[in-house]
Amino acid sequence: MKQKNSLEDFRHRLSRYGDGVHDRWLKTPGWQRWIVYALLIVGALLLPSESIGSFMSPYTDWASILFFPIGTYVVLAIGLNVVVGQAGLLDLGFVAFYAVGGYAMALIGTRLGWNFWLILLVGIGLCALSGITLGAPTLRLRGDYLAIVTLGFGEIIRITARNTDSIGGPNGIRAIPHPPSFPDVELFGIKIFKYGVLDPRPYYYLLVALAVIVIILVKRWEKSRVGRAWAAIREDEDAAEVMGVPTFRFKMLAFAIGASIGGAMGVLWAAKAISINPNDFQFLLSATILAAVVMGGAGNLPGVILGAFVVAWLPERFRGLQDYRMLIFGAVLVALMIFRPEGLLPSRQRKAELQEGSGGMGALGAEVPGPESHGEEVASK
Amino acid sequence: MLNDFVNQFWPATIDGLAFGSIYALIALGYTMVYGVLRLINFAHSEVFMIGTFGAMFVPFALGVSEPLTGLALVGVILLMIVAGTLASAGTAVALEQIAYRPLRKRGASRLAALISAIGASIFLQELFALLVIPNVFNRPEKGRIQMGLPRLMEKSELFSIFGHSVRVDQVLVIVAAVGMMIALDALVNRTKIGRGIRATAQNPEAAVLMGVDINKIVRMTFLIGGGMAGVAGALYLISYENTYYYIGFLFGIKAFTAAVLGGIGNLRGALVGGVALGLVENYGAIFAGSDWKHVISFSILVLVLMFRPTGILGESLQQARA
Repeated sequence: MKQKNSLEDFRHRLSRYGDGVHDRWLKTPGWQRWIVYALLIVGALLLPSESIGSFMSPYTDWASILFFPIGTYVVLAIGLNVVVGQAGLLDLGFVAFYAVGGYAMALIGTRLGWNFWLILLVGIGLCALSGITLGAPTLRLRGDYLAIVTLGFGEIIRITARNTDSIGGPNGIRAIPHPPSFPDVELFGIKIFKYGVLDPRPYYYLLVALAVIVIILVKRWEKSRVGRAWAAIREDEDAAEVMGVPTFRFKMLAFAIGASIGGAMGVLWAAKAISINPNDFQFLLSATILAAVVMGGAGNLPGVILGAFVVAWLPERFRGLQDYRMLIFGAVLVALMIFRPEGLLPSRQRKAELQEGSGGMGALGAEVPGPESHGEEVASK
Repeated sequence: MLNDFVNQFWPATIDGLAFGSIYALIALGYTMVYGVLRLINFAHSEVFMIGTFGAMFVPFALGVSEPLTGLALVGVILLMIVAGTLASAGTAVALEQIAYRPLRKRGASRLAALISAIGASIFLQELFALLVIPNVFNRPEKGRIQMGLPRLMEKSELFSIFGHSVRVDQVLVIVAAVGMMIALDALVNRTKIGRGIRATAQNPEAAVLMGVDINKIVRMTFLIGGGMAGVAGALYLISYENTYYYIGFLFGIKAFTAAVLGGIGNLRGALVGGVALGLVENYGAIFAGSDWKHVISFSILVLVLMFRPTGILGESLQQARA
């Protein structure tokens, strides 16, 4: 019992510290925030350098794992966060949209020979469309049913790709074109627009650009009427509906936006990967991205980015443990839900929701607080 | 096309019934837990997987290498079912204790419970692939490769329907599954524990006020549901003679589909849903090819949830609470 108390105490201290940092951030004047943003972007651009790489990833090429899995997971997690963290819809088949984007790039690029940028737009459109197609019939379902339907949808996409010979069947598609290069442009000794096979850095810069755009857009949505509608839906859908929020339409919007972000990442990833096949889009990837979102703190963008980074980077850093990484990952997920369900860097609003048991899909059934838990509640007041 | 269907109708029916019985047995676990806790026990698929390996352990430990007959065969099959049941039921109870109870005590959200379940599911899969299969079953480096069961019994024809043979093992699967269902139905409807389960499903708070020990009921629910999955695992192994660490994923989703199809929370619905899914899947495979079998089941899941989320028989371990 004593040990539990000190654990609780530690948790409270930690979360109070987090709140303090958050408060200070809210009070900082605009120009200081812009400096921090600029520094963060510069930091992201400097990340692929050798000196950082030798510490961060002694076993593999740092610049290429920065693109995949780290960067890819970060963008996917930001996309999934719109659906899970902001609108509170549990999507277990997010990888399906990533797959649609990847296959769009691969098919249009090899068959029609279109330009990467054009395909990026088409891919985003296609994914938004498939998000709406999936959302229209299923978003009226209860939370946990929605989870299973999206899981089924993810598998349908993968198995269909595997069984359809005209899109390569189980072998997938090879010789996917790269984005158009400008090999003459050179900055600090790096040919930043030379999209070849050898140097992963140009792709990484492209990814950073995509991530920055996505973050800005998502942040704007979050602060707008749309974001408030999502928060209302997440907390209590019925109440939101009664207050005049067109819940179904906003849920569709969240789905479409999340899908588009996943799709954009799919296009970019396929443009680097040269070849893709259906096994790149396993359920495990959906689960991993979801875990990244939840682990980081669903609904809080810095938290989600941190979560995705940790989930993608740790297994690469500790290659020696590579066999055991999923084992550890599973155990960590359970432990996290038991000890810190709000994630590493939670948003304050979300934390409050989780504490009263309404943070998504309602509380568990058959939880009748016994006399001892009631006592604790009183004591904590 | 139609000719194919006529030719393959009976084999597909028998196969569908056998698979459907297995789906139904696993679906019971989903349905019971959902009825009591309103929780999709995502890790139930791994409970089934562990059941197949529990059953596998018996012939492995006994060193069975050639088909048995007579009493020895009956003994080994019974032992396998018991071992599978124990392994699964134990896993299910441990799962409840470790992954769900702390969340339940705190009144955590269902999202948290679902993610905890996904974590537990990944953990159990990897535990088997990395440690249990290489060490217990003495297959180093082969943890992720399908593991075959040495042939236990001659799969002879028992009788034939319209010139298509029905094998002993298929009959065994179907009969055993129906037997388990009847026993479970009696348990839930006739015994004191069953009454506690039904009461908790209807209204947990009132059940507690009436003196139901809710923790015991939840544990019993996981125990019984897990045991059923263990029986399913043993039967599957006896009939299809292979298993691997990831087998639970597909069976889990299909059994969940069966539970939803029949009406989640409804025990008889699990049977109806399981058999219906097994049949539709196999008939569909005649037309579309067996590659599309899984797509057919997933599509059924999506369609049922869209048009009749309460399933064929409706939610009725308790009153349907949307």
